[in-house]
Amino acid sequence: MLLAHVSVLLAQAAPGVTNKGIAALTYGLGAIGPGIGIGYLVGQSVQAMARQPEAAGMVRTTMFLGIAFVEALALIRFVVFFLGQGN
Amino acid sequence: MFALEFPPLGHIVDWPNFIGGPDAWYGINKVVLIYFMSAILTIGIFVLGTRKKALVPTGTQNFVETAVEFVEDQIVMETMGKEGLKYTPYLVSLMFFIFFCNIFEVIPLIQMPATARIALPMFLALLAYVIYHGAGFKEHKLGYFKHALVPPGVPFALLFLVVPIEFISKFLVQPFSHTVRLFANLLAGHILLVTFAVLTSALFTKQWYAIFLPLPAFAIVFFTAFEVLVSFLQAYVFTLLTGVYINAAQSHEH
Repeated sequence: MLLAHVSVLLAQAAPGVTNKGIAALTYGLGAIGPGIGIGYLVGQSVQAMARQPEAAGMVRTTMFLGIAFVEALALIRFVVFFLGQGN
Repeated sequence: MFALEFPPLGHIVDWPNFIGGPDAWYGINKVVLIYFMSAILTIGIFVLGTRKKALVPTGTQNFVETAVEFVEDQIVMETMGKEGLKYTPYLVSLMFFIFFCNIFEVIPLIQMPATARIALPMFLALLAYVIYHGAGFKEHKLGYFKHALVPPGVPFALLFLVVPIEFISKFLVQPFSHTVRLFANLLAGHILLVTFAVLTSALFTKQWYAIFLPLPAFAIVFFTAFEVLVSFLQAYVFTLLTGVYINAAQSHEH
């Protein structure tokens, strides 16, 4: 719905902007959050591993788990990107 | 300027049936063949590796024992502890099957990840859905709904807010995100490789801009190596999450 709003607004402001272009734009916007999240998560994990190398295995498992959960947001956005291209 | 035309998405993931017509339910196309090959590879590797059961392992047995130990130590013990050890066979075969389906993404002349079609990830996620909720019902009987939906230590008034949220996230969104995580990663990787392949072939001309050819050609090599890593990592993450969900369903901590 928000996408439709943005697309109407953009179509008035700049004719020639297509739904495809807006879908690509919102994918870029949707990637910001997970990007920051994964960066912070991995940075902190590396710090934890450097401070306590004997806990590295546990930290690594939890890190991959966290990455998987954060990444899902970006990936769902990716799927919606293709759905949005259809019309 | 460029003879650059990116193929529509359907062209890079849809394959025609070569057994059966276009609408036959038993139709077999390239993706189905990859499923069969992955299943045969998974079974074959474990049959080969466990045939002799030597005390000092060599060759395939060595590899198989390392793989099983990896799943036991890194996935089962990390997520479920001792009571999860009975799920090791399921998790090992799950991980190997997904890995083989993924790795066909970078094998020359095949280059199609079978998990980039949503059917397989969705089936595997639904299988895991049945298994972890089944494990929960087996452990808690009907109290499983209370175990799954009511987090401990929440004030009564907040329950009207928390229970619907927990229901949506545990019973509806969880299998969806489990599916999409594997599917979208592999589809994205496949599209990435296709993009650079198309770019490389478009730059393969006698025009002056052919000097840019090394860039996408190098990128294709780099991303192929990257996709090998992704194939393994996604198989690992899918298996790890299956373990986490099983543990969340059957644990007694809270």
